[in-house]
Amino acid sequence: MIVVLSLIGIGIFLSLIRLVKGPTVMDRVVSLDTINMMIVGLIAVMSVLFENGLYLDIAIVYGILAFLETIILAKYMEGKS
Amino acid sequence: MINEIIGLVFMIIGGLFYILAGLGLIRMPDSFNRIQAGTKATTLGAFSILLGVGIYDLSSLLKCLVIIVLIALTNPIGSSVLARTAYKNGERGVAK
Repeated sequence: MIVVLSLIGIGIFLSLIRLVKGPTVMDRVVSLDTINMMIVGLIAVMSVLFENGLYLDIAIVYGILAFLETIILAKYMEGKS
Repeated sequence: MINEIIGLVFMIIGGLFYILAGLGLIRMPDSFNRIQAGTKATTLGAFSILLGVGIYDLSSLLKCLVIIVLIALTNPIGSSVLARTAYKNGERGVAK
């Protein structure tokens, strides 16, 4: 189980590097989308780790909110150059 | 016992795909390439991890399938909208 958590942690860290030093705004939004999808997987693994099925409901709500965040940020950035 | 081992194997495969997504985000030279690497690999990794969680704990398989359907519906839409916004903002990728 700790191997899976370490793999997800390394993935989030590698995306966080791009989030910090991305040259344009779209790179940062893409990195944020990637990190959100990784956190959905992390919450699902935490549901197994803590033996509590309620974490999967949190993962559903987090997935919907991540999708909304990506769409709204993309639409907001559309007019600017 | 056997379903826990199968679930752990699926979860480790998903974690490896997450690492590949992060590596692609760092190594790719272009914004469109980063969208490609970050979204596709993460979709497959999330599928694998959620399927692993569902197999590991068989009573939660239905919820995991619901999350898989949700990600399969929403993640390509997000990727497409991001690429469209990047194109409309004048980004044209590496010259070739």
